[in-house]
This record gives sequence, C-alpha cells and structure tokens, in this order.
Amino acid sequence: MHMCADPSTLDGFNWWLCYLTTGKQIMFYESFLTVLALLFLTAPVVLLLGFGGAVSRRSHFAPLRWFGAAYTNVVRGVPDIIFFLFVPIAMDQGIEYIRHKIKCSDWDEPVRQGNDFVVCAAAKMPLGTSPQWVHEVYGFSLALIAFAIVFGAFAANTLYGAMQAVPRAQLETAEAFGMSERQVFWRIHVPQMWVFAMPGLTNLWMILIKASPLLFLLGVEDIVYWAKELGGAKTTRFAYPHPDWRVYYFGVLLVFYLFMTWISERVFVRINRKLSHGQATLGGLTDAEVTA
Amino acid sequence: MKKLVLAAAFAALAAGTVNAEAIRMGTEGAYPPYNFINDNGEVDGFEREVGDKLCEIAKLDCTWVTNDWDSIIPNLVSGNYDTIIAGMSITPERDEVIDFTQEYFPPDPSAYVALAGADDSVIHGVVAAQTSTIQANYVANTDATVVEYATLDDTIAAVRSGEADAVLADRGPLNDIVSESNGELVFVGDDVAIGGGVGIGVRESDAELKAKLNAAIDQMKADGSLNALIEKWFDRPGPY
Repeated sequence: MHMCADPSTLDGFNWWLCYLTTGKQIMFYESFLTVLALLFLTAPVVLLLGFGGAVSRRSHFAPLRWFGAAYTNVVRGVPDIIFFLFVPIAMDQGIEYIRHKIKCSDWDEPVRQGNDFVVCAAAKMPLGTSPQWVHEVYGFSLALIAFAIVFGAFAANTLYGAMQAVPRAQLETAEAFGMSERQVFWRIHVPQMWVFAMPGLTNLWMILIKASPLLFLLGVEDIVYWAKELGGAKTTRFAYPHPDWRVYYFGVLLVFYLFMTWISERVFVRINRKLSHGQATLGGLTDAEVTA
Repeated sequence: MKKLVLAAAFAALAAGTVNAEAIRMGTEGAYPPYNFINDNGEVDGFEREVGDKLCEIAKLDCTWVTNDWDSIIPNLVSGNYDTIIAGMSITPERDEVIDFTQEYFPPDPSAYVALAGADDSVIHGVVAAQTSTIQANYVANTDATVVEYATLDDTIAAVRSGEADAVLADRGPLNDIVSESNGELVFVGDDVAIGGGVGIGVRESDAELKAKLNAAIDQMKADGSLNALIEKWFDRPGPY
C-alpha cells in the first residue's frame, strides 16, 4: 500500500493497518500455516510408525519384537530436546556423507576436519546454490521426521496397549468361525482396538499441538519465534517503533492454542462415537441400553 | 580416459562458478544496529550492508540466513551456512573452534545499563547478559551474579521487569536502546574493554573463503567505504 511508504507520518487506524500488513507480520501469519502443516503432516506418519511399532512388539519373530520394544522404550526415554537436537543433525550429516561418497569418490580430504564437517559442494543437502525456500522445506522435513519418530514411539505404546485390551473372547469367536490369523487381526482385532486407543491418541495429539515451538530448535521459524521477534521492543531503527509488546503477541498465541484444543476436542467426540458404535463396550451401547 | 573426462568436467564446473560462488551468510537478526530483521522481514543493518559490499567485491553470490545466537557456531561448523557475520568479537576461545577474518569493526567497549536512579553498585548485583557472549563470560568472572538470556532484547526486558539489576552488552546496540527509553534506562559504571574487534567467522577448513573476504575487507578499508558505513550506523567516525 503506497500510504505505508512513510510510516512515521501515520497515526491511529492507518498506522495499525500498515503495521499489521508489513512483510514481517505476513511472515508471522504464514508461520501459523507452518505449524498447522506440521500437525497435519506428522499425524498420519505418527500413526503409521505407532502401528508398525505396536505390531512388531507383538510379532512372533523375536528380533522384530526386540526392535519394537527397543524403539518404543529408547525413544520414549530420551529427553525431547536432546532428541530434537541430535536426530536432524545426524540425519542431515548422514545424508550428506552418503551423497559425498557417491558423488565425490575422488575427494582425498577427510570429511571430519577437527570440528568441521566438510563434504564436497555437490554433496551438500540442499545444494549451496539452492534458493532459500528449498533449504526451508528441507529443514521442515527433517523436523517432521524427528517429530514423527518421537511421537510414533508413544503411539506405538498406546496402540500396543489397545491391542492387548481387546477381549480375548471376540478373537476366539472369530477363530471359531474359521477365520485365519490374518483375517482375525484385520477384521476383528484392529477395528476393535481403536476405541481403546482413543484416549491415549487424543492425549498425544494435544501434546503434539503444544510441542510445535520445538520447531525453532530445529531452525524452523514457528509462531513462537515470530511472536518473540515482533513483540520485542523496537527502536526508531525500525519503521514501526514500539515498546515491548510480547504480552499481546503471546496472548494471540494463547487464543490460537486454546482454539486448537477446543476444535480438536469436538472432533474427537465425534470420532469416538463412531468408533464405539456397535461395540460390546459401555461406550458402544445406546442410551436406552445403558439405562435399561 | 574416464579420469580425464571427469577432470575436464570439474574444470568446467569450477570455471562456471568463479563468477558467482554461492555463499550463505549466517547472522542472528536480533542485534540492531549490527543486524536485525527489518519490517519487510529481511536482514538489515550495518552488517547487511558490509556483507553485501564484500560479496560484490569478492564476486560471491550471497544469501542471508538467520540462526539462533546460541547455536550459531555449531551450525557454521556443520555446514548449514558458510560465514558468521553477527557482531561476533574475535576471541581466543572462539578462534579455537572457527577461524576469523580480519576485523571489520573496531573493538566496541561494553557498557552497563540499569533503570534510571540506580547507583553504580548495581554492577555488583544481578547482571543480565546474552548467552555465549564475551559479556556473559566477563560477568561470570566478577563478583556479580550473571543471568543469561537468549537475546539482547530479553536482557533489556529483564532489567525493565526487575529480574536483573543491570545488563552488560556492547555499547553500540545499547546506545539506541538507552537514548530512546525516555530516560527510563541509563548507563551506569565505567565502560569495560573486553574482546577484540568484530570479524567474520568462517570454518577452519575454508581458507580460500577467508582469503577472499580478507582481501575484500582490505579494499573497503582502503577506499573509505567501511568508515562511511560505520558512521552511518553507529554515528561515529570509523577508525580505518
């Protein structure tokens, strides 16, 4: 907007209009999308890893069982901050090391030089010449994987418990009908376990929503980073000087997080009703049957 | 034969990149007037202008990226960007981990700032400083109690809220803050000289980049453009 060209001459409504549409503010608004993208892209991967972990823990094949147990227990036991600092850097260096070995086999210097991790320019991930958005997408993807691994371990434990909670009689009946082990698992066991898993999974989702500020640890500029950056006191070096406004910016975040919680809760109630339908649990009974 | 082709390919590649070698400039973006994110969301400040000029002279194709101050050295070392240009004083401790170019800004004295009305004794009380800075190190070795914060802004907020009695930081950035605080903040005690000049941090294995930047800094010192930028951003004559 051309009227925003000289903010020092503005006051009142126009000042606010210009202030709230600066490039920096737009980045703040966009970071909400980053957080939402993280949530909605991570959740399916978490479920997949959790399901895989739970199934492997129940496997008849011992090494797979050990792997499942090791995954759920080790990852759950390691503090998140350590995990989030270590995994993305390790993944990044691992990828670059492999690319380095393939693309620059004639390189004669060591990859580790004192403190430095040096690979040839062609092995850089992303390439040094790539535009900044490629670097950001790459960083975001590493963050997504790290989140998925951590939350997947918790989900694996939840789903494992849910699988154990399905009444044995349900499975025996299926076997008596002549179903194979695979059929029993996919047609009876899995559909019935979800209702037991729901409380644990909803907890995980809520924690995932709140964990998004960990993104900044991984170099992704999330809503908390921008709230701090924009809210901090600004001198006249900036076009829009203002005192410390962090409390208002964090107020906006509070509203956002509470809204996310509220809407999630409503969705979960619906899902739960659907999953319980026709199940031999208290939740699966109709109101008439409960009172009867 | 295969080797020859490969060598030729590399030579061609190298020739192609001589004109514009891609360099990623790492900065903090929270230390005005050295570096900050302006209202368009871009890196701005003294170091932005110096960096762009150096890149132009050295024929480098530079991209600016910001990184948290606390992890700015580890991320340089692991290759996420190629330089640190973030008001970083050259110190022996840092020099063990990374390399520095020659200074592009003279040693900036550090100063204490406290709420108006405070006497000089506050510098022996609780003193706020930014994590991993020469000031944090310095306060830890005085009789004061040091509390560390992630950014300069956080240290000032701590003084305003009474969490800390005073803050110790580079005089340059504090000048702005004190002069615009409507008298709420004042300098206390004497300035202290800690640390050397400010240089660009590069990986120890990156001798070539260091040489290019040094040559470019030489040129900026010689033609007076560096002095002009210091005068523009710090309101004082440059010494070079």
